[in-house]
Amino acid sequence: MTTPKPRVALFVTCLVDFFRPTVGFSAVKLLEDAGCDVYVPAGQTCCGQPAYNSGDRAGARALAERVITLFEGFDHVVIPSGSCAGMIKTHYSDLFSGEPGWRLRAEALADKTHELTSFLVDVLGVSPLPVTWEGTATYHDSCSGLRELGIKEQPRRLLSAVDGLTVKEMADPEACCGFGGAFCVKYDEISNAIVERKVADVRGTGAELLLSGDLGCLLNISGKLRREGSSVEVRHVAEVLAGMATGPAIGESRK
Amino acid sequence: MSGGLTSQSFPKNARAALANPPLLKAIAHIEETLVGGRRRATEALPEFKALRDAGRDIKAHALDHLDLYLEAFERKVVEAGGFVHWAADAADANRIILDICRKAGAQRVTKGKSMITEEVGLNAFLQENGIAPVETDLGEYIIQLRGETPSHIIAPAVHVNKEQVAADFRRAHADLDPKRNLEEPTSLLAEARGVLRERFLSADVGITGANFLVAETGSTVIVTNEGNGDLTQILPKTHIVLASIEKVVPTLEDVATIMRLLARSATGQEMSVYTTFSTGPRRTGDPDGPEAFHVVLLDNGRSAMLGSEFEDMLRCIRCGACINHCPVYRSIGGHAYGSVYPGPMGSVLTPSLQGLEKSAHLANASTLCGRCESVCPMRIPLPKMLRHWREKEFERHLTPKKARFGLAAWRFLAARPRLYGLATRLGAWGLARLAGRDGSLRQAPLAGSWTRWRDLPAPEGGTFRTEWAKRGRK
Repeated sequence: MTTPKPRVALFVTCLVDFFRPTVGFSAVKLLEDAGCDVYVPAGQTCCGQPAYNSGDRAGARALAERVITLFEGFDHVVIPSGSCAGMIKTHYSDLFSGEPGWRLRAEALADKTHELTSFLVDVLGVSPLPVTWEGTATYHDSCSGLRELGIKEQPRRLLSAVDGLTVKEMADPEACCGFGGAFCVKYDEISNAIVERKVADVRGTGAELLLSGDLGCLLNISGKLRREGSSVEVRHVAEVLAGMATGPAIGESRK
Repeated sequence: MSGGLTSQSFPKNARAALANPPLLKAIAHIEETLVGGRRRATEALPEFKALRDAGRDIKAHALDHLDLYLEAFERKVVEAGGFVHWAADAADANRIILDICRKAGAQRVTKGKSMITEEVGLNAFLQENGIAPVETDLGEYIIQLRGETPSHIIAPAVHVNKEQVAADFRRAHADLDPKRNLEEPTSLLAEARGVLRERFLSADVGITGANFLVAETGSTVIVTNEGNGDLTQILPKTHIVLASIEKVVPTLEDVATIMRLLARSATGQEMSVYTTFSTGPRRTGDPDGPEAFHVVLLDNGRSAMLGSEFEDMLRCIRCGACINHCPVYRSIGGHAYGSVYPGPMGSVLTPSLQGLEKSAHLANASTLCGRCESVCPMRIPLPKMLRHWREKEFERHLTPKKARFGLAAWRFLAARPRLYGLATRLGAWGLARLAGRDGSLRQAPLAGSWTRWRDLPAPEGGTFRTEWAKRGRK
């Protein structure tokens, strides 16, 4: 008798959907390789974080309600982003204070929602399939993943199994990259000063590849590296782990 | 406050700061000295996390019973022969202090470092009334000479370099030999000591703040690194303490617990160099101390924070760790905030003290990266409270129209998956076409403030949802 496969819903995130479908397919591959049945509920859009962080509670609540309804029927919800996972895990229940029914549903969803690398390591405890990436990488800890969800060792543990890959740490991998959602366009000059420090740290490692688990940070860091004329490749950690880091990197030209 | 709030011109202030290389160079020192110091000190103390819980609990308990502990504190001060004055706001506090100074016939006033006197604008007020206060903390003395406000709550002159200090000293100490050497920090320090020594000896009133008020003994406590606080409060005939009401803790034991957190979080020291307890005026047989001891307890908006979503902020012990670790502060320094208190703690506190309308930008000028909360010794949920202010702004329609429109449009689309799918498909396709083989865009429609500083990585082409559907997957 075989245990039924866990039914895992992938929350792609709006940024991955729009900018980098490869990250979504990498996540699907990692989950399927780990023995999950993967579903992508149609009708998913945004977790509501932009509204929440802009003070629009009602707007955030409305989107949270949609997400809960769409995703609560699965065994697990997995997200290739610490930021969106953090929104659902640590903030959703707060949006439904005074609404016990919804609050319970929000808490139940929070319990089964996981950031991708954390799900692979902490929940499934899988050893990733053998993949190869020759070279040196450095890893940026995205703020929400690190400080809301405690994600630090999980991606590094998975990367340590990648053949040929060495991880060289930045002086301050935990420093914010300056993205901050709307912050990066509202206070663009300050955001720029912050990302300048981040890319200086990245370049100081001598690594050829920058990895992280959040596309917001990756777009920001890649954009700055490109503008500075750097050749450091920027990718979501899932791409490397799934062996799908073959096409152009984020912001890289198509050859 | 002195100087007035300029938070409304935060973007302009920030732009000026970013174009000021000496300022940026000065702030960069925080990384090694304060951030590095805290890291080393906390790593060396295995129980630091447990201490943070204990500290948080002490302050939370004191806030839950604030009336009780403040009244107990008052009784003890009076028993020890001192006076307690209750000030509802800044104007009240200034008037009370001026009255005490006048009754003491004071001409000269020395001051220990105190952010609360900055909050009420005491220096300017005393000057307008013919009394010349002299700052005795080196950093405060420097910025007083420069006519500035502190740019950091524990390192008020962190934005100034030693060449600037030398120039200020030459200008202010015109009676000294113009050819003297002021190149070394030690020579600057020696000169300040010499000048300040005279001020200490001639002062009629000494004014300090307080890091703690102790309910069980009626003591006020200050921590300093220069000893200036001691000379400020011991030498003059009158000592006035100005402290805000949330500084009260129940016992001396509580002070001891929080003290273990304070210096480590602030500078990475295990203890500040001087910790001074003041309990009433000089007693018979005491070798020194003031003849009169006054404590002015300031509310200034704090009691209104009790029971609100901002109550946790009243646990703050003013260590400055959140400021030191803030990527925004580290980019622009403290003056750009245009508020008395800069950085994350300032952005939470200022709207409470001065009103949200006058504090526009402060709550928004944060990436919500959470590092402030992760280093706060009192475990104050600063990002959560910044978000609360954003919610209040949104409720009161103070959020800029453009941002409200953008949010409404996003919300409309995100609630309509089909339309959303169409719009994102078109957008991703269009941007990918625009980028061609480049992979990145140097300019893009509606993305001007992004592409001003960085390229915009182009979408791969089709959205994930379209590609997924093409593969016949659900």
